Amino acid sequence: MNFYVSPEQLMQDRAEFARKGISRGRAVAVLRYAGGIVMVADNHSTTLNKVSEIYDRIGFAAVGRYNEFEALRIAGIRHADLRGYAYDRRDVTGRSLAGAYSQQLGGAFSGAEKPFEVELIVAELGESGEGDVIYRISYDGVITEEDDLAVIGGDAERITAQLRGGLDPQASLGEALARAREALSSSSLEVAVLERGTARRRVFRRLTADEVARG
Amino acid sequence: MTHLPDASPSFVEYLRRVAPDTLPRVATDALPAVHGTTIVAARYRDGVVMAGDRRATMGSAIAMRDIEKVFSADEQSIIGVAGVAGVAIELVRLFQVELEHFEKVEGVGLSFDGKANRLGALIRGNLTQAMQGLVVLPLFIGWDDRADRGRMFSYDATGGRYEEQEYTTVGSGAAFARGALKKLYDPEADERAAVAALLQSLYDAADDDSATSGLDLTRGIFPLVMRASADGVARWSEAGVRELAEAIVAARAGRPDGPRGYAL
Repeated sequence: MNFYVSPEQLMQDRAEFARKGISRGRAVAVLRYAGGIVMVADNHSTTLNKVSEIYDRIGFAAVGRYNEFEALRIAGIRHADLRGYAYDRRDVTGRSLAGAYSQQLGGAFSGAEKPFEVELIVAELGESGEGDVIYRISYDGVITEEDDLAVIGGDAERITAQLRGGLDPQASLGEALARAREALSSSSLEVAVLERGTARRRVFRRLTADEVARG
Repeated sequence: MTHLPDASPSFVEYLRRVAPDTLPRVATDALPAVHGTTIVAARYRDGVVMAGDRRATMGSAIAMRDIEKVFSADEQSIIGVAGVAGVAIELVRLFQVELEHFEKVEGVGLSFDGKANRLGALIRGNLTQAMQGLVVLPLFIGWDDRADRGRMFSYDATGGRYEEQEYTTVGSGAAFARGALKKLYDPEADERAAVAALLQSLYDAADDDSATSGLDLTRGIFPLVMRASADGVARWSEAGVRELAEAIVAARAGRPDGPRGYAL
């Protein structure tokens, strides 16, 4: 027997379902600092990562259901590597990747059995500070370009507000990390940076536990 | 039997599934192909070094004087390729992405043997073309973190891989270079002396093999030199190679057959 459910109600239910799943997760904050972009996750595990490398200058952060964002992460790496191999490494952009994620999440939100219970951040390091881009992609595929800061996961609004006050993209890594630590109020942080001015082609670098502790 | 869902960390397998047309492959066997020539490698005190000459030939003509045949495969390893240049360079590109792809998906890099095996599989994938004469033969060397030493692998056209302990050569001038390296190789040499031995061997290869270029002082085109040690992979600067090349050519002006050996 089929009951009529209005599309508005259906979408609202789906959004609520996804939001509930996401808000249970711990937060991830991505912010610009003087030397690049730092990605900080509240994460107890040292092997199940929430921030990771997609391509030479592109990083990925996610909250929500692990199996879902892990599959999305691998799909992103495949998307980027295929593009870079078929065209050129310079033709892989954060914009294209964020667009692909947005399509995937948006499609599942309106079409699939259940929407993804994840939120993603795609960050791309520019040659100079003006070229940095941070995209936030929510469970329904809505994509937002953020300027200096993006937060996803549980309590994201409060953390955003706290970090936004006195946000300084010219802060040192240590200062940025200290602020993020305070806002996330967690003792176990997973931290990675997209570093400007390294000689390496791949700018993504995971900070060791020691480096994180030192700030 | 239960199968875990397919989550292969191999980029090549993914390509084969979604975009097989991008794999390095040539449709016909009747093409005049550009051939890259001689690659040499040796172990030294702190790691391994590789050098490749810069010539590419098409039949008996010189197609290119400054082709590059030695590449970093990742941050610990180096690959040099001899054979049909078009396929070889695509193969290197694919291998580079394969290693990086695995590392990104898995979060840790492949073991050194894993890398060497993957390269063997890529060569094997090229077998039907090899039978048409489109042979690509690589040398793969690098620093093995787990074994804490430099390692070298050579390959045959069927993808068979063979670990080499001292020195190894591949390409049209390989036999001549090997003869020279056999006399000049010293496992206790420092990096500079090891590179000098490689350049001497390329000089001898060029001396006897028309497809190998030597130390081209007039044009300023020198072999490409890379080393892998505990500090990672580094490419020698052109100035560094030039300085050694000039010394070698100057010495050869007095003694064209190279350094004197002692028969007893």
